[in-house]
Amino acid sequence: MSYVPHTERERRDMLAAIGVARIEDLFADVPAQVRFPELNLPPALAEPDLVREMQAQAARNFSVDPALSFLGAGVYHHFRPATVDYVLSRGEFYTSYTQYQPEVSQGMLQALFEYQSMICRLTGMEVASASHYNGATAMAEAVLLALNAASGKRSKVVISPAVHPQYREVVKTYLRGTRAAIVVGDEDGTADTAQLKSLIDQDTAALLIQNPNFFGQWESIEDLADEVHRAGGLFIVVTDPISLGLFRPPGDYGADVVAADGQSLGIPPSFGGPHLGIFASRMAHVRQISGHLVGETIDADGRRGYVLTLATREQHIRRAKATSNICTNSALCALAAAVYLATMGKRGLRQVAELCFQKSHYAAAEIGKLKGFAINPQAPTRPFFKEFVVRLPAPAAEINTRLCDQFGIIGGYDLGGEYPHLKDHMLIAVTELNTRESIDRLVMALRKVAA
Amino acid sequence: MRDAIQTVYELSVSGRAGVDLPASDVPPTDLPADEMRADCGLPELSQLDVVRHYLALSQRNFGVDSGFYPLGSCTMKFNPKVNETIARLAGFSDTHPLQPPETVQGNLALTFELQQWLAEIGGFAGVSMQPSAGAHGEFAGLLMMRAYHRERGDLKRTRILIPDSAHGTNPASTTMAGFTAVELPSDERGNIDLEAVRVACNDTLAGIMITNPNTLGLFEEHIGEVVELVHACGGLVYGDGANMNAVVGIARPGDLGFDVMHYNLHKTFSTPHGGGGPGSGPVGVSARLKDFLPGPVVEAAPDSDGPRYRLAMPVKSIGRVAPFVGNFGMFVRAYAYIRQHGAPGLRANSEHAVLNANYLRVKLRDTFKVPFERINMHEFVCRGAIDGTGVRALDVSKRLLDYGFHPPTNYFPLIVPEALMIEPTETEAKPTLDAFVDAMKAIAKEAHSDPAQVKAAPRRTPVRRLDEVKAARELVLSDRTKIAAD
Repeated sequence: MSYVPHTERERRDMLAAIGVARIEDLFADVPAQVRFPELNLPPALAEPDLVREMQAQAARNFSVDPALSFLGAGVYHHFRPATVDYVLSRGEFYTSYTQYQPEVSQGMLQALFEYQSMICRLTGMEVASASHYNGATAMAEAVLLALNAASGKRSKVVISPAVHPQYREVVKTYLRGTRAAIVVGDEDGTADTAQLKSLIDQDTAALLIQNPNFFGQWESIEDLADEVHRAGGLFIVVTDPISLGLFRPPGDYGADVVAADGQSLGIPPSFGGPHLGIFASRMAHVRQISGHLVGETIDADGRRGYVLTLATREQHIRRAKATSNICTNSALCALAAAVYLATMGKRGLRQVAELCFQKSHYAAAEIGKLKGFAINPQAPTRPFFKEFVVRLPAPAAEINTRLCDQFGIIGGYDLGGEYPHLKDHMLIAVTELNTRESIDRLVMALRKVAA
Repeated sequence: MRDAIQTVYELSVSGRAGVDLPASDVPPTDLPADEMRADCGLPELSQLDVVRHYLALSQRNFGVDSGFYPLGSCTMKFNPKVNETIARLAGFSDTHPLQPPETVQGNLALTFELQQWLAEIGGFAGVSMQPSAGAHGEFAGLLMMRAYHRERGDLKRTRILIPDSAHGTNPASTTMAGFTAVELPSDERGNIDLEAVRVACNDTLAGIMITNPNTLGLFEEHIGEVVELVHACGGLVYGDGANMNAVVGIARPGDLGFDVMHYNLHKTFSTPHGGGGPGSGPVGVSARLKDFLPGPVVEAAPDSDGPRYRLAMPVKSIGRVAPFVGNFGMFVRAYAYIRQHGAPGLRANSEHAVLNANYLRVKLRDTFKVPFERINMHEFVCRGAIDGTGVRALDVSKRLLDYGFHPPTNYFPLIVPEALMIEPTETEAKPTLDAFVDAMKAIAKEAHSDPAQVKAAPRRTPVRRLDEVKAARELVLSDRTKIAAD
């Protein structure tokens, strides 16, 4: 299928207007020895054949009923109201680009302004960007912001070991171009507050924690913010936006910057992306934020309208001195999150958070009763939100294979690879989509595979 | 239509709900009192309120589906609808990135094949799908260049040459990767100034970033010599693939000697721009950089019943630039796009993108001067100001909105004063191009007969020109409407 609409006659007329005989003549500037290579690609498919082939490709994956998946670790199966895809499918939105012409982009600008507004209230922060690529890159940009806030005079970033391992890897890559380095607390699977505090010094640009942490548990925050502020650094918190429907926002316990992945807010897992980088901070840092910001203003007739603002931070104006190189972001995913949040509303999001809490606790209690299993052995008394660690009587990979093959269940995340001391442990996620029946089935299956 | 649309907070009424969730079906556990909040601050709307609100907003937005969108360097081509349907197949969209590899062989196979196809199209030895956007790919590419030099103990190489016509992301990425950007002038034919390259080449050079065709829409006439000079002094050549839509099946950057390049799946390979994103910016590299690719990448191992696919980290990888494999949902769309076209179809796209841009240039050049005029590639840059009338390029752009067209890119590249950068893409038909030419010429006439009207444009849009100074000064960045408490 080709989407080139030209008829033979149109092509001829256009070539004549340009004054060349053949379309190939337009490429005389291309060195002859490399011009028109033969590309080895499969032959073209018509639309019906394409659909058939792609359906077959999709069918090669095991896409489980979300009720029977207990895999989370940063990407979650949550309910997605039908309103989200209805709005996302509007061509006016998804076939547009960045709002360089605000007069014909008021729809997306207002939607992003409202997204920023809802994220501010949800996180307890004063300003939110119009989106970053994903939670990990939002966190990396938060670290760069902290280094800039210290005018490059501080080179240490203290990160809790209970921050998502892949997020930490992304930050490490982002710091390759700087002289700064990451210091991670002991990899004992818990972020001991006292230990993190002991790592903070006058060279520390930021302290970074995840809350609820990678293991699903709330950290004992106590005076962490005060401690890092006293040392002159920033307090960066990575969070789960669903938890904020019911539980304390990072703004309440002293965060300077909040980063999160917004995939849970109406966006499909999609094998890892595209997702949504949520980035919010105190107003004091507004001029260091990376990426687009939408601001309210008025038009020539005094009517309310919206524009991209503070563009002087951005690469197309500041070039080598920009706060970040980001241009394309994740705006459509921010729109998805906005529609999700507006649809769920105050009560709906609270209800989702409460269901996650209740169902995960039921699952933990039931699994905890099984012989050879233990729940959150690394920190048994610390409260958790929707994920918990399970010590298994056999290697996690073995158990997962049998759960999948014999019971059609996608089991939890094998923690042994990233945390050697948690060999034979898995991280189980339970959301509002897991029914009591599916949880009971998991418990029954675990009992059988362990026997 | 022209009145302001209320925000979700203004529409909020305490007690309304947009969705109904099932009650808990498990025995209750006490909530941790210390961790609770009173109110999460979200608005309360009915589902019909939500639908009408976003429908009304969509009607105040212009996309490729609304009309001609010749935004230079952004490749606003048609986004095939079937690709949207395909990307939403549950087998793709509901798979979790941490599922065991044996349960996601379809996804891994698709990603592997796309890596191979992109490598074939670009003439590269390897591709990583990790970066989320073009600028993200630039950053990854520059980190690879840095790692390459460091591995050789070549620590002096701190400078990156960047032409003055380059996208702003190039120097910004250079800074992020810890290099110093050195600006190169352009010559009188719109090429990189070869003499300036020669002077800048020494043992402190890490490499050069080249956009080819460049942002004037011109194919670099001395590309071979530039690459040779940079390589001869030990530097590497980065290609900004933003303008790849001109050269698919026409020339492979790898064959021209480029060491690394990012592809913009959201430009060349038709994945939607999404109102600013998400995109996808895979990087392709020559053999000497292959081991440095960001990872994981997908590898294939032969097995009795066909290849088995798995994720693997290249041996000297710069690491992850994103979680998981990258923006997989975009891979599905780009894969479907390449599969629809085959090699001849992709080449025909580039040919017609170039045909359309040259047609617009010759039709417009008598009215809007083209400063570096020769056969251009997929876009061209003209001067948008109308001499003697006070009408500037921005005014012409705003007046185009009244004619129902999205304007070209304004005031870029920086080396052309009053620039309008026009990229029609291959999916536009001649009647659309002719109507655009007519509108541009009509505006040029109006600039003489009634300049005030042009300068007051637009008038037919939901809002008129907006006060950007006020926005930047007052910084109202979120809705301050009070919402009723429970």
